[in-house]
Amino acid sequence: MPEPTLHRPEFIRERVDDAFGIVEKPLTAWEKVYSQDWIRKVFLLLVLAGFWEAYARHLDNALLFPTFASTVQAFWDAIAKGDLIGKSWHSIQVLLIGYGLGLALAALLTMFAVTTRIGSDLLETLTSMFNPLPAIALLPLALIWFGLGEGSIVFVLVHSVLWAVALNTHSGFMSVSATLRMVGRNYGLRGFGYAWKILVPAAFPSILTGLKTGWAFAWRTLIAAELVFGVSSGSGGLGWFIYENKNQLEIPSVFAGLFTVILIGFAVENIIFKNVELMTVRKWGMQN
Amino acid sequence: MSKTTDKPLLDVRGVTLQYKTRDHLVTATYRVDFQVFRSDRFVLLGPSGCGKSTLLKAVGGYIQPVEGEITLKSRRIEQPGPDRVMVFQEFDQLLPWKTVKQNVMFALEASGRLGGRAAEERAMQYIEKVNLAKFADSFPHTLSGGMKQRVAIARGMAMEPDILLMDEPFAALDALTRRKMQEELLQLWVGTRFTVLFVTHSIAEAVVIGNRILLLSPHPGQVRAELNSDGSDSVDAATGMKLSDSIHDILFSATR
Repeated sequence: MPEPTLHRPEFIRERVDDAFGIVEKPLTAWEKVYSQDWIRKVFLLLVLAGFWEAYARHLDNALLFPTFASTVQAFWDAIAKGDLIGKSWHSIQVLLIGYGLGLALAALLTMFAVTTRIGSDLLETLTSMFNPLPAIALLPLALIWFGLGEGSIVFVLVHSVLWAVALNTHSGFMSVSATLRMVGRNYGLRGFGYAWKILVPAAFPSILTGLKTGWAFAWRTLIAAELVFGVSSGSGGLGWFIYENKNQLEIPSVFAGLFTVILIGFAVENIIFKNVELMTVRKWGMQN
Repeated sequence: MSKTTDKPLLDVRGVTLQYKTRDHLVTATYRVDFQVFRSDRFVLLGPSGCGKSTLLKAVGGYIQPVEGEITLKSRRIEQPGPDRVMVFQEFDQLLPWKTVKQNVMFALEASGRLGGRAAEERAMQYIEKVNLAKFADSFPHTLSGGMKQRVAIARGMAMEPDILLMDEPFAALDALTRRKMQEELLQLWVGTRFTVLFVTHSIAEAVVIGNRILLLSPHPGQVRAELNSDGSDSVDAATGMKLSDSIHDILFSATR
């Protein structure tokens, strides 16, 4: 053993269990408020609304750019007297049909893709072909095939949902860890039980991403498609509401329609999907 | 101790294992034989590349031997099954979407062993055995690495399999936790005397855990020796060497 260069005495200390002041201290009220996501966002929205109001007043041209106040006024009027809620509900109904059909087809396609190699090739080829194709570009074709009506809208909606969801679900399944797969098979899971109990929950973060992307695509496609037509089915949806008010030069109502589109999109994203996320992938620690 | 006249629980005879990488066909083990008896703590020890993990996967039923055969209770192993439960090295072997208790219950229910109340009781019984009762309702991502491995061990033991297959379960833990887990595993064994096939690359771990140690040489894995261990790394009267030192010599001797 080499000699230590310095002679230092050894020592052992007792633990101090109090008298070191703060171990845990509650944050101040301001720190608590500022750390709330939604409070910061609401604040930002208020600032933006302020800018809107100020600029619109400065411009003073209600036909080009109505003020925030008159937009809100038109929004309330449309809800109270007009049928903005009815039109929104109509849009959402069509959307749900298209979204549901798209999900069902995506589930079928992915199931085929995970069970056979040719299915996986098919999915990859189809998604790489159709994913870059904007759904709205299919509308003229859909009009010929399904006529002027909901059938055509549902068709383009299915197209906008299907590929995003199928692609994400499939890549989620592919990236399930080998260990988890072996665990599933160890306990005798096969076929559908294996997919449902191991693959789906393990791939849920990317499935959820697919659902969100699919929803966003579908919502945009729907409004765009309704702008083109929508009167055909009698009541028409939100897109039609915007188009109609533009024709009558009710610009505050056009803004109110756009406002509703944003509001619904925002609510689905920040209330529905956010809560699904909190209850699943966040709770499970699969996403931060 | 089982007498050698007993029938072995697990019988591995002349097993050659091969697997394919992108460009090569790799022979992982060549004609490996060993027998595991009931209540054995049988360790497969060797440097990386000796095919010990591949061998364990073959016993698990994930890989079929190209030569030889593996039998459990005289029945040929053909696919994975709940009579041989694997405990892996990776922490992600727990299902992140289930709590500790649900993870253990999942194993029992998915395999059809037990259901409902009975599964819950059995699960809690084994969670208590690994001292995690307080964390029964926690999700895996809130646990430390050592606790996750304890849950995996509880899940494996709750299945009361014929043989527990452990693939370097403590390798990803820090040294202090590893020591503690080794002691806990031995205490669990004293309580239930389960049969375990344990893979490790650590000589110290093999000596502590195993009562029988199979030494494998690498590229491809072949049996070099099979030794007994009493867990204390004592000096052998015949050779005058500690068990761990003679293992080291066998594995790394230049005169192969």
